[in-house]
Amino acid sequence: MSAKQQELHEPSVVVRFAGDSGDGVQLMGTQFVSSTALAGSDFATFPDYPAEIRAPAGTTFGVSAYQINLGAGPITTAGDAPQMLVAFNPAALKVSLPLIADGAAIIVNTTNFTRRGLAKAGYEEDPRSDGSLDGYQLIEVDITRLTLEAVKPFGLAKSDAGRCKNFWALGLVQWMFGLELEAIEEWINRKFAKNASVRQANLAALHAGNAYGETAALAAAVPQLGVRKAKFAPGTYRGVRGGEALALGLAAAGELADRPMLFCSYPITPASPLLHHLARLGKLGVGVFQAEDEIAAVCAAIGASFGGAIGVTSSSGPGIALKTEAIALAINAELPLLIIDSQRGGPSTGLPTKTEQSDLYQAVYGRNADAPLPVVAARSPSDCFDVAIEATRIALRHMTPVFLLTDGYLANAAEPWLIPEMDAYAPIETNALAGKPSGDVQTAVFERNRKSFGRPWVSPGMPELMHRIGGLEKDISTGHISYEAENHQAMTQLRADKVTSVAEFIPEQAIEVGASEGAVAVVGWGSTYGAIYQAVRRIARLDDRVSHIHIRHINPFPNNLAELLAGFDRIVVPEMNMGQLSTVLRDKLGVRTVPFAKVTGQPFLIQEVVEFVLGQLAEVTGDDVRPRIVQGEGT
Amino acid sequence: MSASLTARDYATSQEVRWCPGCGDYAILKTMTRVLADVGAERENTVFVSGIGCSSRFPYYVETYGFHTIHGRAPAVATGLKLANPELDIWVVTGDGDGLSIGGNHLLHALRRNVSLKILLFNNEIYGLTKGQYSPTSRLGTRSPSSPAGSYDAPVSPGLFALGSGARFIARAIDVDKTGLGGVLEAAHRYDGAAFVEIYQNCIVYNEDVFEAFTDREHATERQVHARHGEPLVFGKANSKGLRFDMTSMSLEVIDAQERADEVLVHDETNPMLAQLLLSMEAPAMPQALGVIYRVEDETFESAFYGNHPTQLKRTGKVADALRNTNTWTVE
Ligand code: SF4
Repeated sequence: MSAKQQELHEPSVVVRFAGDSGDGVQLMGTQFVSSTALAGSDFATFPDYPAEIRAPAGTTFGVSAYQINLGAGPITTAGDAPQMLVAFNPAALKVSLPLIADGAAIIVNTTNFTRRGLAKAGYEEDPRSDGSLDGYQLIEVDITRLTLEAVKPFGLAKSDAGRCKNFWALGLVQWMFGLELEAIEEWINRKFAKNASVRQANLAALHAGNAYGETAALAAAVPQLGVRKAKFAPGTYRGVRGGEALALGLAAAGELADRPMLFCSYPITPASPLLHHLARLGKLGVGVFQAEDEIAAVCAAIGASFGGAIGVTSSSGPGIALKTEAIALAINAELPLLIIDSQRGGPSTGLPTKTEQSDLYQAVYGRNADAPLPVVAARSPSDCFDVAIEATRIALRHMTPVFLLTDGYLANAAEPWLIPEMDAYAPIETNALAGKPSGDVQTAVFERNRKSFGRPWVSPGMPELMHRIGGLEKDISTGHISYEAENHQAMTQLRADKVTSVAEFIPEQAIEVGASEGAVAVVGWGSTYGAIYQAVRRIARLDDRVSHIHIRHINPFPNNLAELLAGFDRIVVPEMNMGQLSTVLRDKLGVRTVPFAKVTGQPFLIQEVVEFVLGQLAEVTGDDVRPRIVQGEGT
Repeated sequence: MSASLTARDYATSQEVRWCPGCGDYAILKTMTRVLADVGAERENTVFVSGIGCSSRFPYYVETYGFHTIHGRAPAVATGLKLANPELDIWVVTGDGDGLSIGGNHLLHALRRNVSLKILLFNNEIYGLTKGQYSPTSRLGTRSPSSPAGSYDAPVSPGLFALGSGARFIARAIDVDKTGLGGVLEAAHRYDGAAFVEIYQNCIVYNEDVFEAFTDREHATERQVHARHGEPLVFGKANSKGLRFDMTSMSLEVIDAQERADEVLVHDETNPMLAQLLLSMEAPAMPQALGVIYRVEDETFESAFYGNHPTQLKRTGKVADALRNTNTWTVE
């Protein structure tokens, strides 16, 4: 790292790569992240995909982007406004420009800034010359031509040669940040081990981009950026995406419960990455069944649970809606089941690739009749691991379906992760039948645990325990079908008590930032964690009367939540929906809240939360500290 | 142990709740007898059903049972089979459950060849909801929801199964103990998805809808029992036979004595013949019964476990999987 880079150390820097779906932007992003991690930075990433698989090249709706926030940390969001943008074409520039910070460095691939390229992006004038880039640091590089020159010796077809441009650009960016190329070289060598010319061409492009940085820097045409190392706790780390952590968490839950797991799903955006990750975890006792539709997927998972495996199904909002009837069957039959909902923008097909938190109602209330079930939510990519274990623990303890909420952002976002030790997790208990029943088997199979209301998990194949289960109401004590009026009342109460009882087993609600009482509590759930956490930390430097509370257990809430919230004058709830947690808080705890709704398909920016919360704080306390706020993530 | 069980050992103490005279009683009786005859292990046998009159079945059989939701029994049974491939799973469904709301799952269970014995009780009516026409009701069926007669064309369960890729298709009549018993035994023996259509009389809402061929008077003349390797003959003293007419590409009835060498010999592995047999409708043609189509093929569970070589057993450790990527250490 050069002296200049030392000097330039920012607490955090936000970088965005944007181009066509086919430009390899996502790969470039993940490779860049690996080397920043190896260099000791904390990071968070956010890939922003277009809805179309291969939208027409050069169009604004075909832009694929990858945003990385790196620095000393703690970094918990992909960052509000990028300080550096790499735009592979005019469309990428057009889409990204409103997002980036004033004065940001913009590298454009001039090869695509032709009359046609500009027209496809809807530019009438070339933005490089009409003043719209004034106030930014524009760096024009003919990336495609330079890439073609660099890879010429390897004899690739022109289209294949052009595809190396992401590595050329990455080479340049690596140089700007003073990062080593080694990890990337290793990756290229592994990935293209079987194709020598492609391998050599990509390496050549990477080095050429890197060398360009060095040369251009001499002419002061390219800035150098540096980031401080993070203060990580000692241990072994890896990078992890939410989908990956969730898959590993499910496998871990199976291991902790010592049961096989059957994951049944139907492909849907953005839940499919989980299916893909799990499909590779066969050695960990996880079977993957791709069903014919969403209903079949949940039903097969229920069949598996009846058979003694842990049944898991996964989807996104529209698919979950289709599963609803079957979920109620699992409630009635008192079978364990995990329902993973990777939420996306809706209603209907909505915004499949954009993130939202709008399935909370569906999870908590969305079934016919009185059909309660536990709901938990993951807050960050690595948190998906713990939440998967927690959800399984609840499902098996209480013999109930459990909703696990995640979202499109979490599924694809990545962060560094201190690899957990499996010994730190208690084994997951399953309800076994206490000895061979002396009386009626049907009755014994429905004899529930007094505290958790979980019944014994008895499956076909076990001798002398034949019994029948189903969706009809059954007698509370004998387990046989019953249409008795009083019994239905009692069974409905029992199903409610079962879910309520979960609160007796879960940890008390903790506070993320701030004191246990004060003027404003900012209460969130799910993937808004990162933005709220940073926002409240930023505020905390100026005013210590604001706290951050983040809820993992949404149904039931932790027992102390009501009391905790009572210690604040105002409860502010930022959500990527129109105020669903606010409703649930009002419903379950009688708490009045001020919702802060954002449904643009994009995660919250830290600054948005800061401003909203400070506005609320000013209303409550009469002090307006807004003018004194400083930006930047981390310490 | 199981060998000594009798049909009564496979019956539960539950009070049976079908209408008196319903064809379901006869099917239940033959089913429990067959379970005893084949020595089915009760703890490894499961009946899975959807919703409808027929789907009450699991409550009456002393094995494991799961009365699920409308149309989804094949999907639930598929998950169960994958979780424990040792189980002997029977799916009980009806024409509404299996071919209307659950048509999709039936299709996929059949094409995948999951080892499930799928019994479709066809009574050509919605019984449990009080008599509306079903997807197998014939055109013009008068019902509460079609007072002037139904006007949508029915589906043929056998042809649907064949088109879905079923490798085993059989047919029987509820009260025909021998015919039904034989078909159920064959289904039990078969390794793969066995589809059995049972003509079931709904005495309340669709009485005698199959009388064209089930009627004692007509039975001999209008039923042809398919037996692999034997001539397709029927009628009094097997006087009639089926012949393939090259010009019309269809089956025709001929005199089996006079033109004996033209009578088709049943080949249960021939899908073309299966299609022709399944298409015949009484009274114009005899109704084909018995095992109409049967070919061996890899089962879904075997393919699934081929793809999951560890058999859902844990051979790896999560702790290792967590580290199976680029890692870095902070001192
Ligand atoms: S309604 Fe028909 S099918 Fe249903 S039980 Fe009565 S007779 Fe049987």
